[in-house]
Formats: sequence, structure tokens, C-alpha cells
Amino acid sequence: MTQSALPTSNSVTNTAASHVTPDNTVALCSAEATSENARIRSQFPALNQMLDGYPLCYLDTAATSQKPQIVLDAMAQYYTNDNANVHRAAHQLSARSTLNYEKVRDQLQQFLKAKRREEIIFTHGTTESINLVAFGLSTQLSAGDMILIDSAAHHANIVPWQELAKRTGAVIKPIPLMQDCRLDINAYKTLLELKPKIVALCHVSNALGTVNPVAQLVQLAKAQGAITLVDGAQAVAHLTLDMTKIDCDFYVFSGHKMYGPTGVGVLYGRFECLDSLTPLMTGGEMIKRVSFEATEFGSLPNRLEAGTPPIAEVIGLGAAITFLQTELTPQVQAYETELLTYLQTQLRALGEVHLYGSLDNNIGVVAFNLANEHHQDVGILLDQQGIAVRCGHHCAMPLMQSLNLKGCCRASIGIYTNKQDIDRFISALTSVKDLLL
Amino acid sequence: MTDSTIPMPNEADFHYSVQDADTLLARFAEAANWQERYRQIMLLGKDLPSINAEFRVDMAQVKGCESDAWLYHLARNGRHYYLADSDARIVKGLIGLLLGACHGKTSDEIQAFDPKAYFTQLGLEGQLSPSRTNGLNALAKAIKGAAQ
Repeated sequence: MTQSALPTSNSVTNTAASHVTPDNTVALCSAEATSENARIRSQFPALNQMLDGYPLCYLDTAATSQKPQIVLDAMAQYYTNDNANVHRAAHQLSARSTLNYEKVRDQLQQFLKAKRREEIIFTHGTTESINLVAFGLSTQLSAGDMILIDSAAHHANIVPWQELAKRTGAVIKPIPLMQDCRLDINAYKTLLELKPKIVALCHVSNALGTVNPVAQLVQLAKAQGAITLVDGAQAVAHLTLDMTKIDCDFYVFSGHKMYGPTGVGVLYGRFECLDSLTPLMTGGEMIKRVSFEATEFGSLPNRLEAGTPPIAEVIGLGAAITFLQTELTPQVQAYETELLTYLQTQLRALGEVHLYGSLDNNIGVVAFNLANEHHQDVGILLDQQGIAVRCGHHCAMPLMQSLNLKGCCRASIGIYTNKQDIDRFISALTSVKDLLL
Repeated sequence: MTDSTIPMPNEADFHYSVQDADTLLARFAEAANWQERYRQIMLLGKDLPSINAEFRVDMAQVKGCESDAWLYHLARNGRHYYLADSDARIVKGLIGLLLGACHGKTSDEIQAFDPKAYFTQLGLEGQLSPSRTNGLNALAKAIKGAAQ
């Protein structure tokens, strides 16, 4: 979708299927791709259930993904056989637990192409990761310093910075979006000339699925001396990540959106950047020496991992990484892309559906409303038919305001989504349309 | 909702009739499938009076709904009258179901009203769960709370 093809309103109503090439339908229907998809899908037990006589059609992966058997088994195995606290290896069980826990750090180092294992910090999720950075930078900011935030950011990548600004007197500036909700690079460049201290970006918008050219955005920010954080929560299940290419100072994501458990997340940071953070959480595990007169903090990564970590969840995350490394092949990524295009095309073919954001270069997500109907009405009626979508502001109120929307419905796909899911969804939405319009 | 600092709609607006719970239960017993149940819900919402824009204020909002919902209450001669609206059609219809059981009733009748049993009988038990974002649970509490 080019800018010139857009209607004048803020909401982008797509009527043409111009960028859908005939090739898009070939792979979707190829026997090989279908059987590969079926093999992957069969690893997700929760998908196989009926809701009030309808098969579950799970299109809410952007909120949280379902979990493959390998993740469930790894966590059950840990609790069944290895349960012990980590980093206190006076006994064999603890040694085993610590070994398995630290192995996941090595896995993540390789998964992200980080330079050092100490650059991987386990947190409880993306939100905690961002809070850890935003608090940790408190002493490095002074009044009047500027923090640039992506206007498409999730609240988790807005509110911690606002709190940091309150503590330090720093100023928040949103990076404007273009009409199709992609980040406005020219406006961004102009803002960068004001020498912001921090630039907070999202890799993929959670509400719209728009992919930011993060490597380019980070490079521009670093050229002006800014510290960069990229929220990768919506990217990690779909894209292959390479920290040497993105080259940001901090990259954050959650386990539960990448087929891993809830309650675990990752903060990647360049060593010297992580090392400069004031710890948000203090206590056990993160110290070198404690006395009532003075306490000396330990070194990375433990310095930023106070208290007993979510051990079983980290083990589960390790299994999720193994799963992704095995299954998220370029062919599977291409299949996901085609599936999303198919979803967009079918939605447009339905008529009276407003689609939001740029439909090119986005992953995982389609945001829409049915005519002028309330997104909640649509969601309730889809739910009657076993369709799981999210309806609301998607924790991105500033973005909804810029679209002049109270909210919208969001259908999101994952590695297990198949063509049948999309067809069921479209057929269900047709029933909703018949009822409402 | 009875706070004197909030502008109140005219008293006349509160006096309208609703189908009572028994009639509604009979009407929903005839609904063969979810489509018919929700068609009835939306028809019910359509029959309820609207709240004018000037009264759609924050202070009259029932929190806990993904959609906006506003509720006003008036007590006259031991009976309770409600004026409620929502920007979502299904929520407005669900409000209609609640008002069928509560509008124009006495405090004792309203306190005896069991929303859970009622919505189960209507075949809509899933909609009342506090984990739902439709706010029906909050609306039921607000309607009962106003009559205390």
C-alpha cells in the first residue's frame, strides 16, 4: 500500500488486492507446506479442543502463544526430577538445576548472536525488562534530557519512560507515524537532531503488526549518541534475530509470546550498557558481599537477577528456543507470511471491513473493524463460534488515538495457524456480519 | 449515580416499561441457537431508551467494561428505576436483560434477584463471568448496589 493510495481519513480502508501475487496461494496449498504445518500444529495440545460445539480457532497469538509439548515436558521434567534452587550448588540437585538454568543463557546468547553470555538477563517478561532499564538509567539522565518513544509502542514501552522522566525531569517526545502507521523516518531524523538521550522503539507493533526497520533506526539514533532500546515482544516468534545486525543497546522480549511459558522474559544488553544500570531489584543472588555497613553488588548477569529466578520458566524458555530453532525455518516463515496475506485478502473480500495500518511488511497481526460496529460486539459474536481474537485498545492507546479509534479487533497468527483457521474465522465473521449489518 | 453533583436526566426519562424477567425467560427459551439468542439481546437493547450525549459522563460510567456503559438510578415510592446505555449493542442488550429483572422493582425484589441463576436460565451464563470484559458482572453489581 503506498501513501498515495490511501484515503484521506486516518483509518486505512483497503479495497484493492494489488500486492497479492498469484504465487501467494501456491505454497499455502502445496502438499509439502500443508503437511509440514500439520506436523508443527500437532505439537500444540491446547489447540485440539471444542468450544460449545465449535473447534477452537486460536487467533490471539500476539497476546500469548500456545505452548508446544516440548515446553510442557521440559517444565514437568524440571519439577519432577530436578527441582532445586540455582546458584547454591552444595548438592547434586542444585548443581543440575543450575547447569540447566545457565544452559538456557548460553542458548539465548547463540539465539540472539550476543557477544557474551553475561549480556543475557532473565526477567519476568518484557514489561519487567523495560522497567529494569528505565529505572537503571535514572542516574544517567538529568532535567531537560529527551526520551524519544515510538508512537506505536505498547504501554509497557511508554509508562516506564514516563516514570523515568518524572524522576529525572527528562522530557518525553513521541516519534510521529505516517498515515499508514509506519514510523515517519523524516520526522524521526529531525527529532534525533535534538540529541535525545534515549530512543525507545518497537521492533513490531503489537496492535498492527507493522515491522520497523530497526537496524536503520538504531543506527540513526546511535549516530546522535542516544541509548537505544528495542521492544521485540512481537518479533521473536516470527523473525530471526541477530543483535550484531540490529546493534541496539537493549533488546527485550517475553517467553510467553514465543511458545514458551509465562512469567519469564529476557533483557539483552550490550555488556557495558547493562553494567551501567543501577539495579532495580536488590537482595539475594545479586550481591558479592553484604554487611550492615556496606554491600557490594555482584557482577553481571547475577547483579540484575535478584532473588530466586523463575527457574522452571527459564527451563521452559530453553525448550521454546530449541523448538523455534528447529521449526521456524525460512519455509515456515514464508508460509506464515502467505497465511497473513491470505487473511488480509479474505477480510477485504468480505467487504465492509476496515483494515488498519500498512499491509506490506507486517507480521503476525491484522487489525480490523467490521463497518461501524463496536469491536466488542464483534468479539463476543466471534467467541460464540470458537474464534479467539483480541478486541480493545491493545495496550496502545496513543496509537488508537492517532487512528481516531476507541479500539479494534486483532486477529493474530502463529507457527501453528493453518488455512482452515483463516477460513473458519472468515466464515464466522460472515455470520457476525449477517447478524449485525 | 445518585450523587447530586452529577447532572441527572429528567425524571420522566426513567419511567418506561420493560418486559419482565419471566417474559424474557420465555422469549429466550424459544431461541434455538446462539444467533437467535444474540438477535434477541440486540433487539432488547434497541427497545431501551438512550442516554443523551450530555449525560454520557465519566462519573456515570460503570467501570469494568471494554465498551462504555452509563447508569443512572432513581428511587421513587420504594421502587427503583434505571436509565442505562452502552456504545456496544450487545452490552446494551445485556443491560436490558438486567433491567427486565430490576427496573421498577422494590429493594427486596432487587436484593433477591440472583443474576447468576438468571443468566444461566437464559443460556448466557458465560457472559456474567468477572473475567469477561463485557462488564456485565460490574453492571449487575451496580444495579443491585444502587437499590441497597
